[in-house]
Amino acid sequence: MTDEKTGSAADTVAGERTVTGASIRLDGVVKQYRGQTKPAVQKLDLDIEAGHIVAFVGPSGCGKTTTLKMINRLIEPTEGRIFIGDRDVTGEDPDKLRQSIGYVIQSGGLFPHWSVAKNIGAIPRVLGWNAQRIAERTEYLLDLVGLDAATFEDRLPKDMSGGQQQRVGVARALAADPPVLLMDEPFGAVDPITRGRLQDKLIAIQHELGKTIVIVTHDFEEATKLGDKVLILSEGGHIEQYATPEEILAKPATPFVEEFVGSGATLAHLTLSRVKDVEHDPVVTARIGEPSDEVIGRARAQGVTWIVVVDGDGRAQAWPSLDEVATKDRVSDYVDPRLPVVAPSSTLNDALDSMLAASQGGVLVTDSRGAVTGALTIATVMAVIRGQLSDARAGDGHVTYTAHTEGTTP
Amino acid sequence: MNRLRRLPMDVWFEPLLIVVFGTGYILWYRSTTLTPTEEASLGWSNLRTTILDHITLTLTATVIVVLIAIPLGIVLTREKARPVKPVVVNFANVGQAAPAVGLIVLLTMWLGTGFRTAVVGLVVYAILPILQNTIVGIDQVDRRTIEAARGIGFSGLRTLVQVELPLAVPVILNGVRTALVILVGTATLSTFIGATSLGTLITTGVTLFLPKLLISGAILVGLLALIIDWLGRLVELVATPRGVA
Repeated sequence: MTDEKTGSAADTVAGERTVTGASIRLDGVVKQYRGQTKPAVQKLDLDIEAGHIVAFVGPSGCGKTTTLKMINRLIEPTEGRIFIGDRDVTGEDPDKLRQSIGYVIQSGGLFPHWSVAKNIGAIPRVLGWNAQRIAERTEYLLDLVGLDAATFEDRLPKDMSGGQQQRVGVARALAADPPVLLMDEPFGAVDPITRGRLQDKLIAIQHELGKTIVIVTHDFEEATKLGDKVLILSEGGHIEQYATPEEILAKPATPFVEEFVGSGATLAHLTLSRVKDVEHDPVVTARIGEPSDEVIGRARAQGVTWIVVVDGDGRAQAWPSLDEVATKDRVSDYVDPRLPVVAPSSTLNDALDSMLAASQGGVLVTDSRGAVTGALTIATVMAVIRGQLSDARAGDGHVTYTAHTEGTTP
Repeated sequence: MNRLRRLPMDVWFEPLLIVVFGTGYILWYRSTTLTPTEEASLGWSNLRTTILDHITLTLTATVIVVLIAIPLGIVLTREKARPVKPVVVNFANVGQAAPAVGLIVLLTMWLGTGFRTAVVGLVVYAILPILQNTIVGIDQVDRRTIEAARGIGFSGLRTLVQVELPLAVPVILNGVRTALVILVGTATLSTFIGATSLGTLITTGVTLFLPKLLISGAILVGLLALIIDWLGRLVELVATPRGVA
């Protein structure tokens, strides 16, 4: 039964991008706790495609976390079978199984007495990798999650922000290159802006590595942003709907889904439209130390009133107005800590959040390495909202405020 | 200089007391003249033996208590031992609640007099603080940290050794330190059942009315307790892993 190798990842190479993930299949899975009349999860059948992100959402007590933990057998299913790739993992040694599945919990669940590097190397050490291989892997992973290896390697978890800890948690989960990543409300303990950035990072990582990711969240917006598919559960692990976010918003399968999606749906399209789907305004960038008058001349020629100061890697440092630039001979190295930045995979909702949090009328758009590619203004976002509202009104004479039209469903 | 200021106050305050009282006692000891009766107990070679006996008794009891109480505490924090935990903790409670003199004297009825009985009595008396602190120390480790350890594929044993125990070290060591200090004091009572300790100085001083013996015994026990407490504190500081406040 377990004679297949863990390499089910290799035989699922997709056309346009490399999928290193494995499919997950739940077959009649039941969890019945002793002393309780109703099962926590009742007869759940589920197929998760390799290389997809699937988000489990539902009210508390719906069995979403229980279901997640049954996949890596932190909770043993009472009945049913679970397959990862083609192998039935229900009979495997649970510790070995978990070593081949990434696991991330809220605030990362880092070991507080270990440095970042030691945390990330936890499972590779168990697997007997040599020190050099672990060190190389650690450096690669820290870079992948967007932390500078030299700065963070020796840091202790308590000396990092919640968002940084969460990034290290993801790096640790990916350490042994598992085909599957399970995440239990990973971004629950960080502020909205950081959460948005972490979500973007996760999307970028997923795009680069093609893992299969299952994420549990109670936040429907997060589910629509991250999930290729969203699984909505009601009490007892009952599947209310399992579909793409667009489909769920357009055609809620049951009254339960409709109510759950409910109030958020008016502007739901803001969470479905990504920054990359709308037009950006070009920006004029300047390196630190460039002569101010040259820069101002360049900006005037483009007809803009402000510029973006970037470092050697093209990462944004500040966005001074031309008047501010003119006060110095050369472009200063001032770093604006509140600079609002979003990734192309961010939703328009995130972008709006960033603008409001920074009290700015726009945000900078950066690629996955942090280099500035353009700017998005509040006017663009408003135009999208206006367009959606008028679409909705035009499409139906008596739309209620919960209705919305679907323009982009394939 | 800065480093010194960051040291917790008890780390440097305690040795200060030890030096003050120690020097005071030594100055007095060197200047005083002893009568032959006093000489029999307070003469340096005799006094040294008494002090060493006291330390041996204390350390033997401590080692045994540590060997019993820490593993027992670890076992009791395992999921399967949950039902018996309150029973065992209660037993240890009784051991501590019983007055030490009574406990030691009662044990002689069963085990006879001497060093061995004294050790047994002290062990029973000092098990609770270490047992209690081991259990508390392990139970206070964040459940989510343990879940994360199991979740990424650490076995139960590995989680215990690499995660739970290191994070429990400060609390466990604190229990050991408490036990040590209790033992240094309680070991004086062993004199009632024929095991030599600094208590012998005190009882002899009381019965023969020799204040010099009495006071020497008391001061030396006090100094020893302070020194051991301080050493224990240093061990705690060194052994506490970085990142655990």
